[in-house]
Amino acid sequence: MLLSTLLLQALAGASIGKLGAAIGAGLAAIGAGIGIGKIGQSAMEGIARQPEAAGNIRTSMLIVAALIEGVALFAVIVCMLILFVK
Amino acid sequence: MAAVLPLAAGAADTEAVVVPEQDDAVASAVMPEDDAAEQSDDVDVYGIIFGHIGDSYEWHITDIGGRKISIPLPVIVRSSTGWHCFLSSRLEDGTGYEGLHISSSDRFDGKIVELDADGNEIRPFDISITRNVLALMISSILLVALILSCSRWYRRHDALSEAPRGVAALLEPVIAMINDDVIKDTIGPGYARFAPYLLTVFFFILINNLMGIVPFFPGGANVTGNITVTFVLAFITFMIVNLTTNRHYWKDIFWPDVPLWLKPIMIVLEIFGVFTKPFSLMIRLFANIMAGHCLILCVVSIIFIAAKIGIAIGTSMTIISVVFGIFMDCLELLVAFIQAYVFTMLSAVFIGLSRERPETGKS
Repeated sequence: MLLSTLLLQALAGASIGKLGAAIGAGLAAIGAGIGIGKIGQSAMEGIARQPEAAGNIRTSMLIVAALIEGVALFAVIVCMLILFVK
Repeated sequence: MAAVLPLAAGAADTEAVVVPEQDDAVASAVMPEDDAAEQSDDVDVYGIIFGHIGDSYEWHITDIGGRKISIPLPVIVRSSTGWHCFLSSRLEDGTGYEGLHISSSDRFDGKIVELDADGNEIRPFDISITRNVLALMISSILLVALILSCSRWYRRHDALSEAPRGVAALLEPVIAMINDDVIKDTIGPGYARFAPYLLTVFFFILINNLMGIVPFFPGGANVTGNITVTFVLAFITFMIVNLTTNRHYWKDIFWPDVPLWLKPIMIVLEIFGVFTKPFSLMIRLFANIMAGHCLILCVVSIIFIAAKIGIAIGTSMTIISVVFGIFMDCLELLVAFIQAYVFTMLSAVFIGLSRERPETGKS
């Protein structure tokens, strides 16, 4: 009874799309966070093992982080299209 | 159950289901900010953000005492009645001029349209100088001035016997870093043919990103956060990669060196890859810059939204928002440089990949 009433309300209001877009953007943020966190972790370990290579490691870390952020922003673009394209 | 329903209905659009009266209190208690904002003249965050990200026929500078101060830009349009060229100030507030007006429909919102015989809106051939076009022109002039004054030093002095001064000293380490680390290493022999394009694309993206962060005229227009601009840049890279390549690139795509049962999948994947690589270049730059601008605008809008709620929360949110805004601006500086660098590096990598020779050494 509760579920069917809730579903009727949601379908009538037609906000499932916006809810989906918001959840999708959040998931993309989680994905980017995990990915860039792993890069940061291995960069820190590399620098700790060999401080002379810190410059090279830092440059590579920034480049890979930018690439991963690009993928997360693909998902953000899709979510924004859902929210704002009439 | 009664408490859950208003949440679902309150989150829906206003034309949705009627909320039962005894749950109105719950709904308004859950979301007081929205109700207060809708009743007063609320801060139009949507309009601020999309007004900045989108394009417009005038350059809006500021509002002084409720009056809008903006620079009207020329409208150059070829409609069914011939060419029209006038300043966009004639089209203010939705008024029409010579059969043209700025549409506020869903499909052509903000664009100049004319009405055809049936009364439908159609877009004429439009080559107006809009805000993005003017910002492109300004940053191109700035870029040309910087690079030419840098090269002027090298023409007048011997680079091997003295250190550069002025603009040349500013640009030389950057150009040397891009040229040596990025271009020469990734493309290998014959890199000099592609170095002008790659260096131009790096400085073009960098200067447009930086001008986008400057909040006042002549900066503050969202050029690289516009997908058409990044599409053109990625398209040029796509053209260069596919037109200056050798036969082995096409052989690797259409008849790759894999077992026979893998060939069908690999061929489809490789053909997709030809298009998805520049596509990702386009989306990466567009999304990074647009998201950065959105974030900064949201952070600044919080100041105005909080100020309308009350003075105590307004002051505290202003302080937090200014600090966070400064942090976001510094992050945007970093992102501006990183995105220009990543675009150039990936373009160089794609060009280098397309010029690879097979291990046997044939060319």
